[in-house]
Amino acid sequence: MATIDIHPHSAVDHHDEHDHGHEHHGNFWTTYVFSEDHKVIAKQFLITGMAWALIGGILSVLFRLQLGFPDANLSWLKPILGGWLTPEGKIDPEFYLALVTMHGTIMVFFVLTAGLSGTFSNFLIPLQVGARDMASGFMNMLSYWFFFASSAVMFTSLFISTGPAAGGWVIYPPLSALPQAISGSGLGMTLWLVSMALFIVSSLLGSINYITTIINLRTVGMSFTKLPLTIWAFFLTAVIGILSFPVLFGAALLLIFDRSFGTSFYLSDIYIGGEALPNQGGSPILFQHLFWFLGHPEVYIVLLPALGITSEIIATNSRKPIFGYKAMVGSMLFIAILSFVVWAHHMFVTGMNPFLGSIFTLLTLIIAVPSAVKIFNYVTTMWKGNIIFTPAMLFSIGLVSFFLTGGITGVFLGNSAIDIQLHDTYFVVAHFHLVMGSASFFGMVAGIYHWFPKMFGRMLNEKLGYIHFWVTFVGVYLVFFPMHYIGIAGFPRRYYSWTNFETFSGFADLNFLVTVAAIVTLAAQLLFVFNFIYSIFRGRMASANPWNSTTLEWTTPRLPQHGNWPGEIPTVYRWPYDYSKPGAKDDYIPQHIPYSETPESNLPHENELIKLEGVGGSAIVVEEKKH
Amino acid sequence: MEEIVDLRIVEEPKKPMAMHPKKFGMWLFLASVMMLFMSLTSAYIVRQAEGNWVFFELPSLFYLTSIIIIGSSVSMQWAFFAAKKDNQEMTKTMVLITTILGLLFLIGQFFGWKQLVAGSIYLVGNPSGSFLYILTGLHALHIISAIVFLLIVLISAFKGRIHSKNMAQVEMCTTYWHFLGGLWLYLFIFLLLYR
Repeated sequence: MATIDIHPHSAVDHHDEHDHGHEHHGNFWTTYVFSEDHKVIAKQFLITGMAWALIGGILSVLFRLQLGFPDANLSWLKPILGGWLTPEGKIDPEFYLALVTMHGTIMVFFVLTAGLSGTFSNFLIPLQVGARDMASGFMNMLSYWFFFASSAVMFTSLFISTGPAAGGWVIYPPLSALPQAISGSGLGMTLWLVSMALFIVSSLLGSINYITTIINLRTVGMSFTKLPLTIWAFFLTAVIGILSFPVLFGAALLLIFDRSFGTSFYLSDIYIGGEALPNQGGSPILFQHLFWFLGHPEVYIVLLPALGITSEIIATNSRKPIFGYKAMVGSMLFIAILSFVVWAHHMFVTGMNPFLGSIFTLLTLIIAVPSAVKIFNYVTTMWKGNIIFTPAMLFSIGLVSFFLTGGITGVFLGNSAIDIQLHDTYFVVAHFHLVMGSASFFGMVAGIYHWFPKMFGRMLNEKLGYIHFWVTFVGVYLVFFPMHYIGIAGFPRRYYSWTNFETFSGFADLNFLVTVAAIVTLAAQLLFVFNFIYSIFRGRMASANPWNSTTLEWTTPRLPQHGNWPGEIPTVYRWPYDYSKPGAKDDYIPQHIPYSETPESNLPHENELIKLEGVGGSAIVVEEKKH
Repeated sequence: MEEIVDLRIVEEPKKPMAMHPKKFGMWLFLASVMMLFMSLTSAYIVRQAEGNWVFFELPSLFYLTSIIIIGSSVSMQWAFFAAKKDNQEMTKTMVLITTILGLLFLIGQFFGWKQLVAGSIYLVGNPSGSFLYILTGLHALHIISAIVFLLIVLISAFKGRIHSKNMAQVEMCTTYWHFLGGLWLYLFIFLLLYR
């Protein structure tokens, strides 16, 4: 027995209740600064995220200069770096550690979490599920301003005299807990913790809003199986965020107590200058457990939105339905669940019980299965499609490439035995920069190219986009591929210099290549920033649906106002991937077109659905019961 | 299997989802608070397994405060039912009683800390004591936030804004209060079992 309840009513629905309340015309401050409109908040997240990405990129080039040109005189950077250069014109070793730490923190949290999720979840969720705005516009605004406060604190920490946090982005105690250990563990670390606390609040406010909106504010007909894959990805990302960020908060809280109030959660038996510290009975491994319980899900908080964006772009630009919609949803769900039970693969060499290690190895390797399903589905979606190589499509294909090459090395690293050799080497750096860093970054850039017309009503310049893609794509591989060799040879990450040891100076040429490639790649991003700013004001005017896409955001006007749709919210009748349907007039059928209007392309079971569609948008509910 | 399909047309439209967005957001917030305490209690277990763990008796006042918080949950639920039946006077009284019981709970927790200090268990020292202070302190902070929420509900009750047609606020407050009561019982039983 099956029961189907279908409610195709469009004239009366709960979205319209708050429709009129939002139609106010505010001044500059309420429209552009303290806005509660999800589209403005998304742009705020995007622009802040891009600013952070530039800062993070410049920091990485600074430490790559040290690694690629260990003998160079950098005194020409004196106006910027000032006291952080030694008298010989080299980067101060402690500042080098601060650079690495801040690069990691900025890229993982501020760019790929806030900049990616914050931008696209905010922008796309209401537009694609058919809502006027987020469930709570006020909370959404708070989410951005907490992020802004967090950014301001982190940015300030770059300029204090003792330098920013320098204990690595993973802030392992005791290094991060003791100001005596490194100058960055003083005020810089305090500011880091304050900034992250604000960041966690921002992230939780955002995630609660995303989930609530997706579950409660979907338009009529938008069942879960009709959601675009982007929304599924944002939904699962937000669920992961809600479950994992509080754990980081707990870890940071205990660290704050250790640093400022003299407790010993993470500290024990420490001697500084021959003097024993009073702290007894703590465990630094405890911090690692807590940190990685967030830290591993965080990888998927970063990656899943990019995968969702890619699914949408690849299907649109292949002019084909996504291959295996349910498999895509299922594999994302499976990845989300697995992300919580693999954290200890970051800790194989902490003296963990080898049996426990083998369990975490097994769980880790299982992640390869849903990941492979996703790659397979991307490739089969493109297979025999009428592929249109827009810049967004190229960046999406780039993501699939990085997801594959970076993911394969994850299979190596997930093995607790080989990890003894590879952990904390450049092999790890290469692995996560490809699979998490570059893949997510490409997803974000692809999203910007694809939804720029909806955000700003104009098109980005395609030629500059192609140059941007090819330089970045080749550049990323030139940066990270050599690192695999350097890592297998045993070079540890975070080291300031290897040239002090004759044995380790062998890879100077590869490091030189990596640095040059990194500089070129960063330069290509400047080209993109130029394209972005120029096109906001001078770009070609976009049509309402420039990519002939099916999802609801393209049914809005060129520049949607607060409330998104001038009239009623469209009702959804079909799934979001009706591309190149046999018999159809166009090669796409948007989600709001009822089956009754497309008799030429309907499948037999879809003709059955016609009689459930309301006539003329009248408010009726049809309950069908099958016995 | 033979399928019989009967179609009937109902006039009243149904909403796709019945959940109130703010109530739903409240539950998500509770999930994240839950994760915070789960992480700290699991950290407690992991740390305890490593040895060097000082054993001490929990303050006897914690038994009393547990009874207080159970009582406050009863009064909160009473307030909720009263609001549902449009019994405004009873709603006000019960929200007020809940607030007072909440404050009593906080005072009880504070004197519980005094008992710990009298037994030479300080925040700074062996992690077994530090954990106790962190867990109870963090819970007390949440109770303070809930008392602020109760006061907001109390003000709306005195303005006559809480009645059977406008239950969302008092319902969310009830949910939060029960959650924090349950959280305290979880923490207390956890601390009794793992010492």
